[in-house]
Amino acid sequence: MSRSAAVNVKIDHDDKVYAWSDAAKAKIEAQIKKYPPERKASAVIPLLKLAQDEFDGWLPVGLMNLVADTLEMPKIRVYEVATFYDMFYTEPVGKHVVRVCTNVSCMIRGAEKVIEAVQKEVGLDKPGTSADGLITVESFECLGACCEAPMMMVGEHYHVNLTPERAVGIVKNIKAGKAPVEPSK
Amino acid sequence: MTTAPQPAPMVKVTIDGQTTEMPKGSTIIQAAKKLGIEIPHFCYHERLSVAGNCRMCLVDLEGAPKPVASCAWPVADNMVVNTQSERTQNARKGVMEFLLINHPLDCPICDQGGECDLQDIAVSYGSDRTRFHEAKRAVADKDLGPLVETVMTRCIHCTRCIRFATEIAGVPEMGATGRGENMQVGTYVEQALASELSGNMIDLCPVGALTSKPYEFTARPWELKHTDSIDVMDALGSHIRIDHRDGKVMRVVPRECNEINEEWLSDAGRFSYDGLANNRLTHPMVRKGKKLTATTWQEAFAVIAEAAKGMRKNRIAGVAGNLLCAEDLYAFDHFMKDTLGTDNVDCRTNGLTIDGKVRAAYIMNTPIAELDKVDAVLLVGCNPRLEVPVLNARLRKGVLKRGMKVASIGAPVDLTYPVQTLGESPKLLDDILEGKHPFADVLREATNGVILVGARAVLTRPDSQQILDKAREVAEMYGFVRPDWNGFNVLHQATGRITGLDMGVYPQKDGYHSGGIAEAVKAGKIDLLVLHGESQRPASDFEGAKFTVFIGTHDSPYAQLADVVLPAAAYTEKAGLWANVEGRVQEGHMAVRPPMEAKEDWKIYRALSEVLGSKLPFDNQTQLRALIAKLNKAYAPENIGKVTRADWKHFGMSGSVREEGLSTSVPAYYLSNEIMRASKVMRDCQDLADARAAQTMKKAS
Repeated sequence: MSRSAAVNVKIDHDDKVYAWSDAAKAKIEAQIKKYPPERKASAVIPLLKLAQDEFDGWLPVGLMNLVADTLEMPKIRVYEVATFYDMFYTEPVGKHVVRVCTNVSCMIRGAEKVIEAVQKEVGLDKPGTSADGLITVESFECLGACCEAPMMMVGEHYHVNLTPERAVGIVKNIKAGKAPVEPSK
Repeated sequence: MTTAPQPAPMVKVTIDGQTTEMPKGSTIIQAAKKLGIEIPHFCYHERLSVAGNCRMCLVDLEGAPKPVASCAWPVADNMVVNTQSERTQNARKGVMEFLLINHPLDCPICDQGGECDLQDIAVSYGSDRTRFHEAKRAVADKDLGPLVETVMTRCIHCTRCIRFATEIAGVPEMGATGRGENMQVGTYVEQALASELSGNMIDLCPVGALTSKPYEFTARPWELKHTDSIDVMDALGSHIRIDHRDGKVMRVVPRECNEINEEWLSDAGRFSYDGLANNRLTHPMVRKGKKLTATTWQEAFAVIAEAAKGMRKNRIAGVAGNLLCAEDLYAFDHFMKDTLGTDNVDCRTNGLTIDGKVRAAYIMNTPIAELDKVDAVLLVGCNPRLEVPVLNARLRKGVLKRGMKVASIGAPVDLTYPVQTLGESPKLLDDILEGKHPFADVLREATNGVILVGARAVLTRPDSQQILDKAREVAEMYGFVRPDWNGFNVLHQATGRITGLDMGVYPQKDGYHSGGIAEAVKAGKIDLLVLHGESQRPASDFEGAKFTVFIGTHDSPYAQLADVVLPAAAYTEKAGLWANVEGRVQEGHMAVRPPMEAKEDWKIYRALSEVLGSKLPFDNQTQLRALIAKLNKAYAPENIGKVTRADWKHFGMSGSVREEGLSTSVPAYYLSNEIMRASKVMRDCQDLADARAAQTMKKAS
């Protein structure tokens, strides 16, 4: 049984060419300044985050190459970092990413019911991306909010002390094109 | 100026009751190796950085709360280590159990079987049953090109290949992507490795994850006979082991030799052996009508004798190829000059314009091992990455570990380490001589500087004597030539050329040089042309002589020119002496017999000279070697295998050099000689290199 996906990515060398926006360039400069010039590569994580946010929420090879060129580091070193961290995506994700914590504390406090309800609302039977590409639901490892379990993270926001109903309410708001928060009572 | 490193203070270490002194900063595993105590390991390799991730080398350190990784643990004074305690044994067993969890039990179909570190160590520390009943992990295989086969499920993540690619080969394309159970070693984006040293990863891989593609499923290590020999695919003279079975070369692997190739071998040396079996000449042939027809040695000799009868001596010429050993070249030279009586003889078929009178002017005067002390390098028309790939890895080590400064005069070139390109014209040497150039300061401050002159680009120019003169002056002026150090070096690509210059295979009086011979052939001035082996020149250059004899190994355009073809032995099929770039003469040994009727080259000349009525003065190889030793003391039995330093004399001619830039490109590197040209594997490598070059061009435009 194969449980790991093939990671040798075939890319078309005429693939999309990425370039930084002026706003991104300013942010990059600020990041690189934090490190000694010969240790520029240390800025790889902030730059990958920036790249992911700037473009389509995930990191195609061409975009990782842009980060590598910007930091003058070997491309493979960027791929290594990007594939290591769960919050960097090397495959396309939905416009909104909903990470439901299913680690111990949240699990004990009913995270499984939360994620099931969220999946159902999005139209999935397991974690994944909705058919319209709007929402990606992920079962995530500990997000560090155990004191307020169960919780989920939508974009950069934490929603804590969830019940399945409240979680579904947030997802409904996203689907309706509103802010990804709980519907006001 | 880099200051000489202070010797580290020594500390006392006790391992298993034996005590030794180690320099501070070394590790427990090094101390154990010094004491002859074996510590099993996978990720540790003495020529690579320390990773410490396989955990196999755990040892019991007195005072430590738990076992420590001996490859990464620095020694301290009065340290006491136990590698035989129960705790060590248990730790090793535990690590082995984890390593085997995801390792497939496919040794019977694995090429590494029989020479596998994991297999060997599992015999000592592995369990005969497993406690892991879940599904094993399977990993998709990677395509790393025509040389390295991958079975990634076998990978134990030691990261040796990653470290080799990054540190030694200088092509950081391998990496570990993913995390935990999903970690995979590979290139992430599908690509073949862009290195001339990639085959060494196969040797480094402690399991069967990376194996040799050409050798795949062809032999088992215990069926092979081993013959130690010398590589001749480039001029480094790397130590190799030829593995053969039933008279066929099955593979070539490097032997460790710190003074020359450390433990690396170029892909050309390792993978060109299939060219030894392809398209070989097996019988003497004579041209009957339009076709070459197999015949006996006697008849072939008779045909040559008939053709040579009464021939005018200045209408005879001979050229020698790239791969010949001293015996062949000596016999060839004397056959041409004594038996046939002509001076139109040359081994410098790439158009070298220097002769062999001053040895210091055509070899590396810095022994290869001494390059580890160099702090500044000036390359003149030189591309060591393709001319001598393993030597380039040594230069790279200097740049990375010691901050060695490298500058190049010649077209910009990627040598895998930072090189300051000063410009393309050799006129820059004038600026450096006058001390005007900024790099002159670096040279002035260097303790052990070297200058590397590329034979291919520089010594084939009409102004080569002037460039040599200036390079020599630079070396002398900046103190690179002194009693304890000689930093003047010429870098050749073909070992046969250095050996040929040593044997005096060039016109001694007023004969034609190789270019002249080609012109004379075209002008119809040559009646008898002897082509010995193939050379840098296209065969068409030698088309048009009245009668052509080809003595060589492969049925190629060269053989097709000939009226008589005599089959000779390749480097694996004869014992011979070859000089390498540093002028070190080394003995290669016969691993397999020449195919069918083929004979060692020097024997052919000896026999043919007798038929022609002017016998060469030797009857066996011992006598021949005695004559060679008399000609050049580097070839004396007591000097074989050693560097014989050349006397420093004046060479070169003063005068101005041309403006024209120096090239650094090595066209069709993977097809540099007849064996490589006959090798399918090398052709695949060349196709890949061409495709890569085309892509780079496309991107740049």
